[in-house]
Amino acid sequence: MRQLFRLNEIVEKKELAPRIKEIKVYNPRIAAKARAGQFVIVKVGEEGERIPLTIADWDREKGLITIVFQEVGVSTYKLGRLGVGDVITDVVGPLGNPSEIEKFGTVVCVGGGVGIAAIYPMAKELKKAGNRVISIIGARNKDLLIYEEEMRRVSDELRITTDDGSKGRKGFVSDELRDLLNSGLKVDRVIAVGPAIMMKTCADVTRPFNVKTIVSLNSLMLCGMGMCGACRVEVGGKTRFVCVDGPDFDAHQVNFDVLIKRLNAYKAEEQLALKRFLEVKA
Amino acid sequence: MPVKDRVEMRKLPVEKRIRSFEEVALGYTEEEAIQEAKRCLQCPPRPCVQGCPVGIEIPRFIKKIAEGDFLSAYKIIKERNAIPAITGRVCPQEHQCEGVCVLNKLKKPTAIGALERFVADWALKEGVAKELAEKEIANRPSNGNIKVAVVGSGPAGITVAADLAKLGYEVTMFEALHKPGGVLMYGIPEFRLPKRIVEYEIDYLRRLGVDIETNVLIGRTYTIKDLLEDGYKAVFLGTGAGTPKFPGIPGETLVNIYSANEFLTRVNLMKAYLFPQYDTPIKIGKRVAVIGGGNVAMDAARTAVRLGAEEVYILYRRTEEEMPARREEVINAKEEGVKFQLLTQPIRFIGNKDDILTGIECIRMQLGEPDATGRRKPIPVPGSEFIFEADTAIIAIGAHPNPLIARTTPEIKVDEEGRVITDSELRTSMKRVYAAGDIVLGEATVIEAMGTGRRASQTIHRDISEGRI
Ligand SMILES: Cc1cc2nc3c(=O)[nH]c(=O)nc-3n(C[C@H](O)[C@H](O)[C@H](O)COP(=O)(O)OP(=O)(O)OC[C@H]3O[C@@H](n4cnc5c(N)ncnc54)[C@H](O)[C@@H]3O)c2cc1C
Ligand SMILES: Cc1cc2nc3c(=O)[nH]c(=O)nc-3n(C[C@H](O)[C@H](O)[C@H](O)COP(=O)(O)OP(=O)(O)OC[C@H]3O[C@@H](n4cnc5c(N)ncnc54)[C@H](O)[C@@H]3O)c2cc1C
Ligand code: SF4
Ligand code: FES
Repeated sequence: MRQLFRLNEIVEKKELAPRIKEIKVYNPRIAAKARAGQFVIVKVGEEGERIPLTIADWDREKGLITIVFQEVGVSTYKLGRLGVGDVITDVVGPLGNPSEIEKFGTVVCVGGGVGIAAIYPMAKELKKAGNRVISIIGARNKDLLIYEEEMRRVSDELRITTDDGSKGRKGFVSDELRDLLNSGLKVDRVIAVGPAIMMKTCADVTRPFNVKTIVSLNSLMLCGMGMCGACRVEVGGKTRFVCVDGPDFDAHQVNFDVLIKRLNAYKAEEQLALKRFLEVKA
Repeated sequence: MPVKDRVEMRKLPVEKRIRSFEEVALGYTEEEAIQEAKRCLQCPPRPCVQGCPVGIEIPRFIKKIAEGDFLSAYKIIKERNAIPAITGRVCPQEHQCEGVCVLNKLKKPTAIGALERFVADWALKEGVAKELAEKEIANRPSNGNIKVAVVGSGPAGITVAADLAKLGYEVTMFEALHKPGGVLMYGIPEFRLPKRIVEYEIDYLRRLGVDIETNVLIGRTYTIKDLLEDGYKAVFLGTGAGTPKFPGIPGETLVNIYSANEFLTRVNLMKAYLFPQYDTPIKIGKRVAVIGGGNVAMDAARTAVRLGAEEVYILYRRTEEEMPARREEVINAKEEGVKFQLLTQPIRFIGNKDDILTGIECIRMQLGEPDATGRRKPIPVPGSEFIFEADTAIIAIGAHPNPLIARTTPEIKVDEEGRVITDSELRTSMKRVYAAGDIVLGEATVIEAMGTGRRASQTIHRDISEGRI
């Protein structure tokens, strides 16, 4: 059979929101193995950096994986400039442990920003496993809200929040989560994916209710295979590697302050690199 | 007759070294090599041959150098060692061949490593290496399309892939990173092992017909079972001991604390020293503390010097005597201004309000009785705690095997340290799966990875040709 695409070729590309893009990449070996909660490491070009991105969806038959990313710095901008027919230099995966998917009962899936694309496969699998899935998704404003339809399809109930109130409830996803728990509904598990500060807040919200809460950590990474320790975080007082021990962890055990501080380690360098990148390309 | 002094290799001047990643040791000229080769006594007991983990016929090749017959010398080395340009540069000769050389009684052993390197470089330069390689490639027998998978592209994997390809097997090599070479590529810096030499060996593998697939993490992209079911007759594991150890003390997740693997990978593999032309950044402070006393620690310290750190310290809990690093690299490090803070053990990392490292609380040590390895055991001196100021720390206290394969393939038995257990012929507990190098030995050396790799490839060949698997 004639091979339709080259390995790591971008087959489809969509702009979901300003600066948020979705691409489908041909990589049958990753598509064959991908499971909810796993990610890939991508490198664009010889000079590129290795960055982790969640596998938002996959099509085992066509050999495609879906990645949704937000352009925040040089590496994601570089990826964003590639178009259909371009080949991503390096893609390795699926990395990390798949999320725990079982019949828990009622599960609340909370997604913030691009984290919605990351929670989507989890919600989908949890639904398939027979759970009642209540999803809460949120963004800064209605234009930045992605995957609403996708999430609606895999949830028994979908709630939306925006920081500015342009869609759904005005406020944060964590506010909606708090109200839901306060309403007395029996929740067996909460899964939250999004910016570190959002996951931290969700952990704080669920703690008094004693609901098992899982977060998918987004630490800085280099190797993605347990070889460098760049991704290390403190969980339950111990040093753990997000790429091989996670990315999912018990939210109530995670030291989010460490995570957040480590995410900012290269702030100055990142800004310098982005400025230079945008100037050169302009 | 008094024994002449060793001919020392010329080195790049220190001022030039500390601002570049150019190779430090410059190698011998032909005259120097001949002169040094003539110092070998050709002593009948030949202890050096036993001292060499792969049993190179050392006096034979040295004799050929003394006669000016470098081609024969090269062929003799290649009988036993596939990558002499690499081992000549990185072997701990003082613990191996040179350590047992009879002339070492006078502290003037034959410079076997330097001679090996000379011959290998000569062969590369004269194109002889390529010519011989082409002959091997042309004369490759066919082996009925039997497929073998090699996992990991470090020295163990390189050896097994080359051996089996030469025997006519169809070899596919899987590497998780985007570039093959293992530690030779991501760990050992350019100034000690130029990457063009590693690339030459990888290129040779390709020309031997080895199919190298990067970006494949075995255990995730494919499992070992997948490979066995996918038509590979045997699977060789050479995945190394790449997972860094952390001391398990408070503060080790602070910003600007690196494992040596992360630090060196950023610089070697990702070329962070060329940031922002390359996208991967690295932080280098004014005062850098490297914790550990092995090759990895020396490499990290010397790399930090080259990246422009003002002061670089090695913090080591024993004395220089016990340091496992190659002697030559300790000397190089000192010449380049690295300072040694010995008998010092970190007990806590200290950060500022933003969790950025500012210092390390340490305790002084003293040496007690020898331990199992024969080295004197360091014991803390009570009440001797002090703060060592540092804005960057690099942890080089060792590594252990990556747990991924064991976690995803329970059939493969590992010991309590995570090392794959094999029989004396390098078979693992899973049928048709073999292993060698650091994944079996724990942190060892390039030559031991090659030596065990050679034995594993022989076992694989025997098991296949005798119909055992
Ligand atoms: C397991 C995992 C899965 C991820 N999945 C996705 C995904 O599906 N989609 C997506 O858009 N992003 C995802 N991320 C985050 C993504 O890796 C980063 O956005 C990316 O590395 C940024 O690279 P850059 O060079 O473009 O930006 P940089 O120049 O590195 O950073 C620019 C800005 O982004 C912030 N930033 C950098 N890295 C991260 C990070 N890991 N998390 C949060 N903020 C960061 C920086 O603090 C800085 O403010 C994931 C991260 C992990 C660890
Ligand atoms: C900084 C440093 C300096 C050193 N200096 C010296 C020295 O001077 N002299 C000396 O003799 N020794 C030295 N060593 C030790 C030496 O490099 C190792 O003993 C040797 O490289 C081990 O070889 P290996 O083939 O077993 O594994 P490695 O060289 O570690 O190669 C293993 C390869 O397997 C890959 N891999 C791992 N898991 C998977 C997987 N699941 N799927 C696919 N691929 C995988 C890794 O990415 C890696 O490329 C040094 C080590 C380091 C880190
Ligand atoms: S032990 Fe030393 S002197 Fe004797 S043969 Fe070997 S290199 Fe030469
Ligand atoms: S990213 Fe290297 S160990 Fe996790």
